[in-house]
Amino acid sequence: MTEYSLSHLKELEAEAIHIIREVAAEFENPVMLYSIGKDSSVMVRLAEKAFYPGKVPFPLMHIDSKWKFKEMVEFRDNYARENGWNLIVHSNMAAFEAGVGPFTHGSKVHTDVMKTQALLEGLNKYKFDAAFGGARRDEEKSRAKERIFSFRDKFHQWDPKNQRPELWDIYNARVHKGESIRVFPISNWTELDIWQYIRLEKIPIVPLYFAKERPCVNVDGNLIMVDDERMPKDIAEKAEMKMVRFRTLGCYPLTGAVESEADTIEKIVEEMMTVTVSERTTRVIDFDQDGSMEQKKREGYF
Amino acid sequence: MTEKNQNTSTDNSPFGEARGTLDINTYLDQDEKKDLLRLLTAGSVDDGKSTLIGRLLFDSKKIYEDQLSALERDSKRVGHAGEEIDYALLLDGLKAEREQGITIDVAYRYFSTNKRKFIIADTPGHTQYTRNMVTGASTANLAIILIDATKGVITQTRRHTFLVSLLGIKHVVLAVNKMDLVNYDQKVFDEIVAEYKSFITQLDVPDVNFIPIAALKGENVVEPTTLMPWYHGPSMLEFLESVHISSDRNFGDMRFPVQYVLRPDLDFRGFSARVASGIIRKGEEIMVLPSRKTSKIKEIITYDGNLDEAFPPQSVTITLEDEIDISRGDMIVYPDNLPRVERHFESMLVWMDEKPMDPNVQLFIKHANNTTRVKFDQIKYKVDVNTLQKSSIDHFELNEIGRVVMTTNKAIFFDPYKKNRSTGSFILIDPISHNTVAVGMIIDKLNAEDLPSKIVDEKTLEANKSRIHRGECLVSDAQREKRYNQKGTTLWITGLHGSGKNELAFTLEKEMFDAGATVVLLDGSSIRSGLSNELDFSPADRAEHLRRVAHISKLLNDQGIITICSFISPDENIRKQVVQIIGEDRFKMIHMDATMEFCKKNKPELYEKFEEGLIANLPGADLQFTTPENPTLVLKPENRATNTKTILEYLADHKIFPII
Repeated sequence: MTEYSLSHLKELEAEAIHIIREVAAEFENPVMLYSIGKDSSVMVRLAEKAFYPGKVPFPLMHIDSKWKFKEMVEFRDNYARENGWNLIVHSNMAAFEAGVGPFTHGSKVHTDVMKTQALLEGLNKYKFDAAFGGARRDEEKSRAKERIFSFRDKFHQWDPKNQRPELWDIYNARVHKGESIRVFPISNWTELDIWQYIRLEKIPIVPLYFAKERPCVNVDGNLIMVDDERMPKDIAEKAEMKMVRFRTLGCYPLTGAVESEADTIEKIVEEMMTVTVSERTTRVIDFDQDGSMEQKKREGYF
Repeated sequence: MTEKNQNTSTDNSPFGEARGTLDINTYLDQDEKKDLLRLLTAGSVDDGKSTLIGRLLFDSKKIYEDQLSALERDSKRVGHAGEEIDYALLLDGLKAEREQGITIDVAYRYFSTNKRKFIIADTPGHTQYTRNMVTGASTANLAIILIDATKGVITQTRRHTFLVSLLGIKHVVLAVNKMDLVNYDQKVFDEIVAEYKSFITQLDVPDVNFIPIAALKGENVVEPTTLMPWYHGPSMLEFLESVHISSDRNFGDMRFPVQYVLRPDLDFRGFSARVASGIIRKGEEIMVLPSRKTSKIKEIITYDGNLDEAFPPQSVTITLEDEIDISRGDMIVYPDNLPRVERHFESMLVWMDEKPMDPNVQLFIKHANNTTRVKFDQIKYKVDVNTLQKSSIDHFELNEIGRVVMTTNKAIFFDPYKKNRSTGSFILIDPISHNTVAVGMIIDKLNAEDLPSKIVDEKTLEANKSRIHRGECLVSDAQREKRYNQKGTTLWITGLHGSGKNELAFTLEKEMFDAGATVVLLDGSSIRSGLSNELDFSPADRAEHLRRVAHISKLLNDQGIITICSFISPDENIRKQVVQIIGEDRFKMIHMDATMEFCKKNKPELYEKFEEGLIANLPGADLQFTTPENPTLVLKPENRATNTKTILEYLADHKIFPII
């Protein structure tokens, strides 16, 4: 008898497709939040797979903090166009016009206003009742207990003490008007799984993940790339060309690069195996305060 | 399992030394093929559960350096492990829990070795958190139950084992921890094993294993033990890497519960779902439930190309040869292997909500991509998770488990949970709060003798009794018999559809009426058009329908009236219940004994519809018709001319009508 068994990646893929279809079947107005990062890229491919040969029945939404790397924005627009996605880009324009930014207001205010507030604004504006996110449980401690279907009240808040039981692969998708569900189809994937999948499926990702000579400045121990003229002159002046790559992507002034020679996925994975620093350390926001990710999640951040 | 493997991943590289000189592409190609084991760990912090998990993660180098340094900082501040690193802190994610020092929810952890990837569902062991353990167990292939060697098998061990067996986990490992505190003594281990074995035989766990460990010291966790030479089995990690799980799924009963109908344009209609069980094959004939229409699988489509067959847990899209109307919640199966299609079933229920159950409130049931309303007919018992004692109760509180009888608004397509985890499980959702209030595992459909006529919970009956006061009747049976010159009797005519029952019934009514009898005729169409108009033709609803008929007939007989009841009534158990309601001495069973050929010729319409797959539950076709055991009279349709005479003679001979 042939052995009917799936590799772990195929099993995770089947699970994610099941979750994505379930949301499309149960909700009136879902949206897939798209961060342009590698996890998002995988999630987007899974959605394309879920509805093949049809088109994905929901849009992508990118919350643009207006401080993303230029290459990210370019990649986003190209990908959506080439793959026929309906892409919504939403920014907190009022705050942007008032001049909010990481250099002037610090990472905490910037993240709150341009990311968390902008996200809530975007969700309210289009009245989405379900939003997919590309978070993984292995990323950070407070994520380990997050449900796949994570219930949010009408203020988009998450109450870690009041989560719905989630058994087997039966998901409770019932919400009242105004309430919503955040859905994490790649909850059970690890960072290595993501890289493996990108490699196997030949999923395009932003070139910033690959090592290249880039102008960087050391700011408080983080290697920050000079991506545009908004970086204060006194800092930008100190920039040096360095062979670097990014392990995570976000707002350029808040995302540290790592020095690396890895310019292929294989080399990245090889580097991962020898480097023993978990990926979120290059995100400045996690170090604001103890339990800070949990705090941000309660407030509505992903 | 006794064979030692020299090549386990106990080396320094985070992904294992076996990679060694392999080039990265080869390594990745191998990694890609690893399978996934989902495991549950049960036990309290005191048993060293978090320490064991920490070890597995640490020793497989999943713990990155920065997490380690944060850990050292946290250990000094809030740790409970004194000078040593508190591995539990790695696992207790949320801030509130860190302050309380207990894990209060299911946390998922990930690690991999050269052989496998693992997902650990880490659940706490406190009584009040049964629901978390049940949650973690629902997706697990295997459970590690931790036991403290200095304490042995305790109440908690039994509780965990019961829950693991309830959720249908097929592999259990009893990890006897803290062997260091009993001097790695074989006797202690053997005694615990013996005690546990005698307990677990009462439960349904096919594969039970025993491993002695000392998690804090790392003994026999990853590396095989050196301090317990009497133990010849694998270390914990070796066991986890090698346990065979791929045959645990049900590959025999094909169930494809349609999740999403894919209609990108008018020319394409695909049905997407995860294969719940069995193998779905291109070209095979299938049947769609509930419509029972049949077709063939045209294609099995995936983004990565079409397949010839798909198996659980693959998510695929299929197309059919014929255009059939199919929606989400319908189930595609093979015609020779159907699931139960029923509205009444029994299940084990775990109450998950803070708010206690109100047995009178209808809930939503979500089962195999189907959502409908459900009500509770009866709570059979509650199981004490500590003692496994059963007791009767009238509702469930948080974390209580018990056996219930339920009825759904529309038929669902299920298999017993023991046979099929995917089609035997469900969740219950409160229609107002929308919380998931309970989860269940279906035991099976109801036995015929337990069908609704008997599902009256004793307490309700007792309570009702005290409120029902029967008025004292001033007319005696004798007076009625004298007035009508007849005895109140039920003439029950059973037989297949098309056997000529109704013709006989109507002729009999006319002849008796003409002869001066007071007679009432009851038949399917008259009762179903009003009194039973919400019931369908499933066995369960047929039973309820006949229960109502029996009670009407009884009331009429009480008033001295003769009833002629013409009903197919295919099930002998149900007929017996009818007799019980009406009373044996005034019940006369008449069997219209016709052959199937006769019936099909006499009334072809329904039989033709059945052949076309338009209707189901047709007695004599897909529903069994049992021949009555002790009929009063057996008549043949061919004797049409004399049949009423035979009955009238019988009535006269037995002084039923006329008495004088």
